[in-house]
Amino acid sequence: MLKDILSVVQSTWLVFLHLFRKNPTIQYPEEKAYLAPRYRGRIVLTRDPDGQERCVACNLCAVACPVDCIALEGTEDETGRRYPDRFQINFSRCIFCGLCEEACPTYAIQLTPDTELAEYNRQNLVYEKEDLLIAGEGKYHGYNFYKVAGLAIGGKDKGQAQNERAPVDVKSLDL
Amino acid sequence: MAKVTLDSTEYDLPTGANLLQAALGEGIDIPYFCWHPALGSVGACRQCAVRQYRDENDERGMLVMSCMVPCTDGTRFDVHNDEDIVKFRETVTEWLMTNHPHDCPVCDEGGHCHLQDMTVMTGHNYRSYRFTKRTYKNQYLGPHINHEMNRCITCYRCVRFYDDYAGGKDLQAMASHNHVYFGRHEEGTLDSEFSGNLIEVCPTGVFTDKTFKSHFIRKWDLQSAPSICQGCSMGCNIIASERYGKLRLINNRYHHDLNGYFICDRGRFGYEYVNAEARVKIPRLKDDGDFKDLTEDELSTFLSGHIQPGSKLLGIGSPRASLESNFALRTLVGSDNFSNGLTQRDSDLMSRILAIRAEHPANNASIRDIEASDAVLVLGEDLTNTAPRMALALRQSTRNEPMESVTAMRIPEWSDKAARLATFGKSGPLFAATPRGTKLDDVTTAKVHGDPVDIARLGYAIAHALDAEAPAVGGLSEEESAFVTAAAAALKGAKQPAIISGTSLNEGKLLDAAANVALALTQQDKPAQLAYVAPEGNAMGTAMVGGMSLERAIEAARTGDYDAVVIVENDLYQNLLASLADSLFEGEITVIAIDHSMGATMDKADLILPAGAFSESDGTLVNFEGRAQRFFQVYPAEAAIQEAWRWVRDLMEFADQSQANEWQTLDDVLFAMEKDVTSLQGVAEAAPLAAFRAVGGKIPRMSRRASGRTAMQAHIEVSEDKPAEDPDTPLSFSMEGSATTPPPALLNRYYAPGWSSVSSLNRFQDEVGGPLRGGDPGVGLIQSPGDASVSFYNHVPEATRLTDGQVLFLPLHHVFGSEPWSASCPGIQARSPGPYLAVHPDDAGKWGLEEGDLAKIALDGRDLTLPVQFTPSLKAGTAGLPVGFAGLEGASLPTAAAAPTRGIES
Repeated sequence: MLKDILSVVQSTWLVFLHLFRKNPTIQYPEEKAYLAPRYRGRIVLTRDPDGQERCVACNLCAVACPVDCIALEGTEDETGRRYPDRFQINFSRCIFCGLCEEACPTYAIQLTPDTELAEYNRQNLVYEKEDLLIAGEGKYHGYNFYKVAGLAIGGKDKGQAQNERAPVDVKSLDL
Repeated sequence: MAKVTLDSTEYDLPTGANLLQAALGEGIDIPYFCWHPALGSVGACRQCAVRQYRDENDERGMLVMSCMVPCTDGTRFDVHNDEDIVKFRETVTEWLMTNHPHDCPVCDEGGHCHLQDMTVMTGHNYRSYRFTKRTYKNQYLGPHINHEMNRCITCYRCVRFYDDYAGGKDLQAMASHNHVYFGRHEEGTLDSEFSGNLIEVCPTGVFTDKTFKSHFIRKWDLQSAPSICQGCSMGCNIIASERYGKLRLINNRYHHDLNGYFICDRGRFGYEYVNAEARVKIPRLKDDGDFKDLTEDELSTFLSGHIQPGSKLLGIGSPRASLESNFALRTLVGSDNFSNGLTQRDSDLMSRILAIRAEHPANNASIRDIEASDAVLVLGEDLTNTAPRMALALRQSTRNEPMESVTAMRIPEWSDKAARLATFGKSGPLFAATPRGTKLDDVTTAKVHGDPVDIARLGYAIAHALDAEAPAVGGLSEEESAFVTAAAAALKGAKQPAIISGTSLNEGKLLDAAANVALALTQQDKPAQLAYVAPEGNAMGTAMVGGMSLERAIEAARTGDYDAVVIVENDLYQNLLASLADSLFEGEITVIAIDHSMGATMDKADLILPAGAFSESDGTLVNFEGRAQRFFQVYPAEAAIQEAWRWVRDLMEFADQSQANEWQTLDDVLFAMEKDVTSLQGVAEAAPLAAFRAVGGKIPRMSRRASGRTAMQAHIEVSEDKPAEDPDTPLSFSMEGSATTPPPALLNRYYAPGWSSVSSLNRFQDEVGGPLRGGDPGVGLIQSPGDASVSFYNHVPEATRLTDGQVLFLPLHHVFGSEPWSASCPGIQARSPGPYLAVHPDDAGKWGLEEGDLAKIALDGRDLTLPVQFTPSLKAGTAGLPVGFAGLEGASLPTAAAAPTRGIES
């Protein structure tokens, strides 16, 4: 009996102490919560250090997506550089799991600490490439897939990628 | 069978087979690169290493390449049990990968790459190689093959297929050591008609499909259905794949008796017309010379005005259309008013083939039967151009006789390098009589060139040489006589002789001559193989449906009191002279044309209805040997497009026929067809019917990994539509459904855990390289009668006599160009030679023509001007014209006409 009464008193005391604690509620939207840089929010497509699209339309994000909310179709410019012709994310389906970012071999697709995606009309949650593509490199700086890959593109011929020797001259005797 | 112990489990493996192949057949994963079920073993890549133990007490064992070890009773191996051997295989992959570029995300092979599979299988993750990578320059290899040499792992499969197997000359391994390069001596289009198979043979992304590259989709995203190639009468099995409403890719679909592992480039790349601008998508009505789109209501108003109960309708079917479409049309118009769309010439030839087949005891040869033959006689057909896949089989058949010496040397037949060295320069008996030289000349024992009648006479003469009862032929030249003697001797000495002829030269006597040779051999108790090449994908099927010829249909339209004519998937202007085809449109008769794309006939019709192309329809085709095979719709058709038979059924509604309501699904048509056409009994069994369900429901056309389901249509409507229904087949337009292996006729994808590439096909066969598990698809509609009650055909034709100043124009076929729909694809067009006139140089001298000159000829009332091409292999007095080329449509060849005269110099 006495134990029960003490418990009530103790609870009351603890609640009383909260009067002197810092208030965790913030006045959103006037005030904003801190979201860490790696927070998984709105998805963006980034550019490489040269300002070119990083996405090479490999489709790995789409296949990794557990809710299948990414659809894209690649195309090639006249020099052989592959990029997405169409890139669509249906944010009304997205669960912000970040698997697309993990799957991306070029750091193109990244999740950002932006959660303010509410819309009155669900159709507006379908983002096209122009809605997704940002001007910068996002979280991962410096990586340029085409400088590592062996594929020749405009401005980078065979043998000019990182860690590559000049192309073999088949007719040479220099083995 | 040999008892072989692998990882302490005992297996019964076929004695003498190589261990790799046998183990793969048992479902044991041994990684490999250079071995291929059709190409054999060379032991070059060192990837399939296993440890072999000498006996029970041996504990050290030795490292052997499993592809080079024959299965022997009592042998013992470690595949996965031994850590060293597993590590060895991992290291081999690491070596192969040292120079491999960081390309996978932009590589078209990624996702169905044998190298990716093997790298995962061997467990190689991180490269320890820290130096620079070797690079190569790529070559332009034509409109169909993309070259990316950096990705090469030098397994040599490409040249082994291209040169050794397919007889190509222009793809070689160059340089040595760390510089090995696979390419041409200079940039240029690959010459072989089978170059597309490099895409599947190459275990990595060196050779990829350029047409696919222009609209690339990963393998797991492709919606695929089993299909049948419509390019020629061979009926090769293919897998057709789609994404976003566009046909993207054609791949080989294994069929043990037909195409095996390979198809030709016409079949693989000639699909782009399906995505072309010329497609019709909405019903259209001619209004003041122009077409205007019709709404559904407008269409039914028009139709109810023109088709009423009791209307007299004429139907023109097509050897390109499915059995179902042809049969539906026949039912709509009545069999007396139905034409199967074959020209009189083709119709006669096809009837002749069916008549011979009905009474002839020789085996109705499949492509595999021909590949297994050890002496072959070809009468008239330039197979590389009229039946490419059969030409490839023929090339293999010439190895059979020399291979006997290889067996005598106790070299296993799968030991490819040794076998080819032992048979180097040797080629078994292949005798060919054709109008001009062919691409098989390099393996031909003896050849004679002549006009179709000459060739038929040769056939009769060979039959006579084999059996004196067969009619004799007089007046053969010395060369011809020598050919006859040699061919007869070779066929007589063979274990399994084959005779191939066909319709490409439009000469019925050729068919009889071939039948005579086969009969002579059968009567000597030889298992003679007889094959007739037919003119179109479904010529055999339409001939079985019956009906009058095109010419007679046009005559009937002119003279009969028909209200309307319905033309299904037949461009009359491809097969008839324009003047004759025009006469159909001159009268009062209403012309309703149903086809997938615009063409000369569609342009002239009053009403055009959009039919599905082969990738948007289900149907049955009958190939050259009378095998009925079903092709399946790959994706839901857009707009108003539907199968031709459904349009015909809609027309029945206006004619008030009961079938309009009865025919709801493809199966209804199939059952009606079996009931009405006796020769088509059993056609419904060509593939499982719509009611078939595997464990788990319908068979999904999409892979379980298909992506983008909730996004692909989101830009149009954010809430997803229900997947389209498919009432006609046991396949669904979805990724959901049965996860089990479908029956062979419904197999639409090769995938097995750990095997994403086409190599996973091993998992669908009981024995690697054997028939598909569950039996190869299709049903044979023609059975050989067995006993020989037939006697020799006696009407030996007289040799062609030409009057002075005349020349005999012969039809020359081209794999790229003679089939109009594939020829409309840009890549095929680029590989097609373009119209020409082939003449013998001696004749040209007589007529004052130089190579490249423009020559003038008058043919069937048309004046043609064509560039001259010297063809020394033509018989003097004959000239050749390419079949089906622009400006030459409907030419009735062979035909004698005045010699060409010199036009303008080019």
